[in-house]
This record gives sequence, C-alpha cells and structure tokens, in this order.
Amino acid sequence: MKNNKFVQFLSVPYVLWAIAFIVIPLLMVFYYGLTDGNGKFTFDNVLAITQTVHYKSLYIALILALISTVICILLAYPLALILTSLKGKNEHLIVLIFILPMWMNFLLRTLAWQTLLENDGAINYVLSFLHLPTIHIINTPVAIVFGMIYNFLPFMILPLYNVIGKIDQNVLNAARDLGANYFQSLVKITLPLSVPGIISGITMVFVPSLTTFVVSEMLGGSKILLIGNVIEQEFTQNSNWHLGSGLSIVLMIFIVISMVITAIFDKDGEGNAL
Amino acid sequence: MSKHLIDLQNISKSYGSNLVLDEMNLYIRENEFLTLLGPSGCGKTTTLRIIGGFESPDVGKVIFDGEDITRLAPNKRQLNTVFQQYALFSHMTIADNIAFGLKIKKKSKAYIDDKIKYALKLVNLEGYGSRYPDSLSGGQKQRIAIARAIVNEPKVLLLDEPLGALDLKLRQDMQYELIRLKKELGITFIYVTHDQEEALTMSDTIVVMNQGYIQQIGTPEMIYNEPENAFVADFIGDSNIISSTMIRDELVEILGVKFPCVDKDFGENKPVDVVIRPEDVEMVKIPEEITDEEIASENNPAKYGRIQGVVTHLIFKGVHYEMEVMANGFEWLVHSTSLFPIGQKVGINVDPFNIQIMNKPESEDEEAVAIEE
Repeated sequence: MKNNKFVQFLSVPYVLWAIAFIVIPLLMVFYYGLTDGNGKFTFDNVLAITQTVHYKSLYIALILALISTVICILLAYPLALILTSLKGKNEHLIVLIFILPMWMNFLLRTLAWQTLLENDGAINYVLSFLHLPTIHIINTPVAIVFGMIYNFLPFMILPLYNVIGKIDQNVLNAARDLGANYFQSLVKITLPLSVPGIISGITMVFVPSLTTFVVSEMLGGSKILLIGNVIEQEFTQNSNWHLGSGLSIVLMIFIVISMVITAIFDKDGEGNAL
Repeated sequence: MSKHLIDLQNISKSYGSNLVLDEMNLYIRENEFLTLLGPSGCGKTTTLRIIGGFESPDVGKVIFDGEDITRLAPNKRQLNTVFQQYALFSHMTIADNIAFGLKIKKKSKAYIDDKIKYALKLVNLEGYGSRYPDSLSGGQKQRIAIARAIVNEPKVLLLDEPLGALDLKLRQDMQYELIRLKKELGITFIYVTHDQEEALTMSDTIVVMNQGYIQQIGTPEMIYNEPENAFVADFIGDSNIISSTMIRDELVEILGVKFPCVDKDFGENKPVDVVIRPEDVEMVKIPEEITDEEIASENNPAKYGRIQGVVTHLIFKGVHYEMEVMANGFEWLVHSTSLFPIGQKVGINVDPFNIQIMNKPESEDEEAVAIEE
C-alpha cells in the first residue's frame, strides 16, 4: 500500500503537466472554437470549413499528406527490407545515416530545401552549369511534398525497420521450405506481418503532414494554403482565435477519422507501440 | 537394406574462422528415422540446414535421390522442415497455415480441404482449423507445424529439435506421437536433438556428432552398449570412463586391479579407456570389522568384490538409488535398486560383458575422431 502511494506521488508532476499543457489548452480550443466574440455558443467557426477557401485548403492538405505518406511507404519499405537483410555493423551505420537528418532542426532542414529548390537556387545553378534545363518546383505542391517526405521519411523507416527486423527468420525459412519463392514469401508473410509497422509509420507521417504549416509556407511560398496555414493565419495575422480554434476542431476530427481507419487494419494494436 | 536417399559427400562448412563441419560423409536410407545427436555447436543443426537448403556447404555435395541438389533453393526441394520454435504463420488460421504449401503449388480447393482434414486428424487436432496459432499450446503448435509440413508429401521430413521447447511429460508423449506418425507416413525422418534419451527412444540410426565430426553411427543399442570413444560414452547416458591398460586379450587392468573382459585384439599392455555404465556396477556390502588384509588373503571377488571402496554420496532417483563410491582413487557412479548408506564399505564387481574397452584418442587434441563409413 505504501508503495502504491509512492507511485501515486511520483505521478503528480505528470498529472500537473498534462492538465496545464494538454487538458487546459484543449479545453480552450473547444471553448474558442464553439463560441463567438461575445462568448455565445455557436457552430459557425466549425461550419466555416464549408467556405471555399477553407475546405479547399483542407482538401489540398489531405491530398498532399496522402501523396507524401504513400511515397514514404514506397521509399521506406524496400529500404527496411534491405536493412534487415544486412547482417553486422553496416546495418546500424546505414540506419544512422537515414536518421541523421532528424538531429538537425526541422526549420533549418526545410530552409535548406528552400535554398536548394529556388529558381536561382543550388540545384538550378548546377543544372544550368551543365547546360541542362532548369526546374521550377519551388512554390508548387511538388516542393511541399518534397519537404514533407524529406522531413518525415525517418518516421516511416524506423517503425518498418523495427517490425520487419523482428520477424522470425525461421518463419520466412518455413515459407521458403513450403515452396514459396522470395516474392511469394514477401507478399504472403513479410507484408502481413509488418502491417503494425506500416500503420505506425502512416500515423507518424500522415498526421504531421496534414497539420504542417511550416513546410508549405517555406516551400509553397504562401501561395498554396494548407489547412495548417489557414489556422496559423487566423491566430497570428487575423487574431481570430475563434475561427482558428473552430478549424482546428475540424482538423482534429479528420485526424481521429484517419486513426480510426488505420486502427481497423491494425487488429493487434501494435502499431501504437512506437 | 533399402537404398540411399540422401548422400552427404565430403561436406565442409565454416563461419568465418570457425569450422563447423569438417569433411563430413553420411548417407541416409529411405524410410529411416535418423537422429543427429550432439551438444550445441557440434554441427548437427548446420547439417540439417544444409540438407534443407538454408545453408550451402563450402565444399562437398548433397545428393538427393541420385540428383545433386547442393545449390538448389529450399523451395525447390522435395523435403520439408519442422522448425525449433514452430515458426507458424501467426497472421493465418491453422487451416491456412497447413494449406500454405498446397496453395503455392496451386492445388484445387477440394484437394486442399481434404488434405487439411486428413492432416488435422493425423495430429489429433480435428476442429482446430479456424483457430489462430496464438490460441494453441506449445505441443499443439508443434503438431500443427508437423501437419503443415507433411501435407506436402515430402520424401523426407527434417525436424530441428522440435520438442526442445516442450515440458518433460509433453515431450515424452510427442516422442510416441512422432514414432506413430513416422510409421503411418512411411517417409524418412531426419531428427536433430541434443537429448540422448529422445534419440535412443525414437531412432533407427543415431549419428553422434561433436565439433563438426561424426563420432559414431549406429543403432541406439550399439551406441549405448558399444560406444566407440569416451565422448560417445559420456554423452550417451551416465558412465564411468576410466583410463586403463589392456594386459592381453580378455584381461584389462582397471585402477591397478585385473578384470576379466571379453574384448580382444587391442594388443598387449596397451593404454585404453574403459566404459562401465553405472547400472552395470555390482556392489556387495563388506562388514566394517573385515580388514583389508583379510580381504586380500581370502581373494574372493564374489564375497568382497575386486575393488573395495566407501559410499560417499547417495541420492534417491525414484526407480533407483544413485551413489558415488570412492575406490582406488576413482569416484565410481553407481545405480542400484538396493540402498548402500553413506560410509558403507563395499566391494565392486563388473561382469566381463559389461566392460566396454575403447581405444584412446591418439593425442590430447584429437578428442574428436573422424570416422569414415
């Protein structure tokens, strides 16, 4: 019993933290989102999503986040397969290389991409030097997707690498033993067994992609407004906390929906482990 | 006897600088229950993996039914493996697990359903088809792993320590189960284990391995009763291994005392190793008041034994008592249904037929002996 009390005591700082920085802000978002300037209850701020500029920004954000997530899976899955088939020191070195960018500041990384992709940026400089046609992707959705993939790819690689690495080699051997070739064992064994990793990766790439406003602002040149940018502007430029909060609630609803969809595929709930 | 189904010719395999198999030669007959027996790291699992196709030998050939399959991928081989930790597909039902190989081979649905039913019946798990592996016990999982392998009608079933993860009682039940399966299926079993009792119970042929070499090949009786060297004797059951001298044919000097034996052709005054199983050591009680001089003068082995000693340890083992007897500087291990209390003076006798003479390894580091068949 005494021990129990001690554990309870230890949890006090976390409870205070959670109340101060999670529960109260969340309640404030709901308060602002569901009231007007006079403090009267209203759904107007939430329903504002039906305005063209708002639902378009949500639509674009969903599409770009989806594209980034799919490309991240396509890039990360083969890499995770290769990594787990490497035995020895190289494995960890290569994992480290892919994780390394995460050690740098998110803003700096995105700023670097801005410099690289600009019309008179580093990439075009090299291309024109080589007398090749230059590319103009800065301030386009392509640049935003670039930025999202670059920033969030490690979050797809890590869970996939962890899950695939944990598959018992003998299970794969058993599939081979029973007549499956490499491709068949990949589709019938490795892929289904790595679903928790895929789910976890999707959650960790899709949600930040959907809500980001930094990437779109820096690489989209404020021309392409994602829902994240709209919300940010309502808070910082228009000082309309009520509308900002209302749209945030909409965004949260979409995130919850996406998590419910992924959870349906993730029967064991292992995807939340990472 | 029946023909060779698998021939391992001159197989060598090393991992880095570690030589796991050294020029191994072994054949496996059709319909044989062959067990590779040895301590961990002896090369038995590597041998199995080479036969299964999960490793390829550095040197040597694997001949299967007259064909060289050394470089053939595992999915192209006519044999199936039962893995140590079951290796069931946890995301599939039991029925889908069993059907896996058949679906790959594109068999008809009716054929597959029939086979699933047959296999589940064979391993006494009828009605388990729609369950998932996680809901089964260890023994049930192992039986499913066997069912999954045999529906493919392999010519050979490879079993890699399949009972290792089960508890003792279940292990014994599964041994009988495996013998029954082997009889019903009429195929070749190659079985890897470090458990000598398992090997003795189930096998037609036991291959004792150590440090990458085959130590002895033979029937369970041969391996147990006539071990070729000290390693085999020590590994198969408990035994007293005593460095001795062969005086001449049918006479061996053990711990300074001459014992009649039945072995011949070792030469005269030749150093040998003698193996005496603990259950073959016969003991007689010697009353405390009898002095060594009286024993020596009377010279009656039947009354006082050939060697005299004192019981130093006693453990009750259920069927028998296990005792240690200090006699002539050697600690004898003795199994007997009669109790000899600690401190009891005893005389030791051994029947000539129960003294097994073995050549000593030629040098110290030649403990592992390669035996060509």
